[in-house]
Amino acid sequence: MSLQSHDRAPGDDSTRALTREDMLSELLVYTIGLVLAVILTAVSFWAANTTLLWPPGVALGLAVLAIAQMGVHLVFFLHITTGPDNTNNVLALAFGILTVLLVVAGSLVIMASLNANMMPPSDMMNLHMQH
Amino acid sequence: MSSTAVFGAEADVAGDVSYDGPAPKRIVVAYGFWIFLLSDIVMFSALFATYAVLAHASAGGPDGAQLFDQRRVAIETGCLLLSSYTCGLMWMAVGARNTGATYLGAAVTFLLGAAFLALEASEFAGMVMIGATPERSAFLSAFFTLVGCHGVHVTFGLLWLAVMMAQIATKGFRPMVERRLLCFSLFWHALDIIWVGLFTVVYLMGAR
Repeated sequence: MSLQSHDRAPGDDSTRALTREDMLSELLVYTIGLVLAVILTAVSFWAANTTLLWPPGVALGLAVLAIAQMGVHLVFFLHITTGPDNTNNVLALAFGILTVLLVVAGSLVIMASLNANMMPPSDMMNLHMQH
Repeated sequence: MSSTAVFGAEADVAGDVSYDGPAPKRIVVAYGFWIFLLSDIVMFSALFATYAVLAHASAGGPDGAQLFDQRRVAIETGCLLLSSYTCGLMWMAVGARNTGATYLGAAVTFLLGAAFLALEASEFAGMVMIGATPERSAFLSAFFTLVGCHGVHVTFGLLWLAVMMAQIATKGFRPMVERRLLCFSLFWHALDIIWVGLFTVVYLMGAR
């Protein structure tokens, strides 16, 4: 097993050698992930419904909580780590995140800008009349 | 074997270069599936962007605050989260070659996934009943496309899980079956990650 200097498959656990201790530590990893995810979900639902928080900040807080929970899922359920055997998986993930950010942020910025600069319907009619 | 060990050790000292030959099929397969999952997430990001742009374009029809039932969404979220956990336990049972525990983990995962789908279907049916159909407004078109696409993924995941259980019953824990189960567990965990973004953006932010 010490020979195994290959990369690790995404979603695979570190050992896959199945002693009782390995099983217990793997169970612990999944359980920690579940507990963290439940806490983050519960805080999200609480934050969305409470009146205690400053309303404009809630959306940002919800986004932060969601990104944190995605991180928890990646680390504890998908076993994505920073180890050298995980470099390929992390690089692919980084490229995926970059694309997602470009698509989402780009669409929102462009559409908000178009929306702000859109001509009122009455002006649009005048433009048509000039021709 | 020992010469390989020495060679491998030297390679490690020389600078983390591996001369062990091509990676095992298990790693190649799972990596390829990981790339597919990331491309699927990129597709979902386009649907998310569409929804975010159109979220307020309800055209005088019902908006999110009137349509969404947070209690139902909380139960759906709990179902999917727990099924992701039991999917992990099932994957542990596969590693331990424990057929009974694998079936049990798969059955619980399947039931929780089916409960999620039933709740989502009843939500859609209730919305259609009051006239909140996809053609009512741009907001509802985007909503049904995004949430429905996730629901279709979950449906295919359930079918896949059932097929995998049949394969364990007929073929046992062959390496090929184990690779497919690894891909399934990756798929199922990724669906849960997408749901995290979905309930935050659609249901929690949309109900405000």
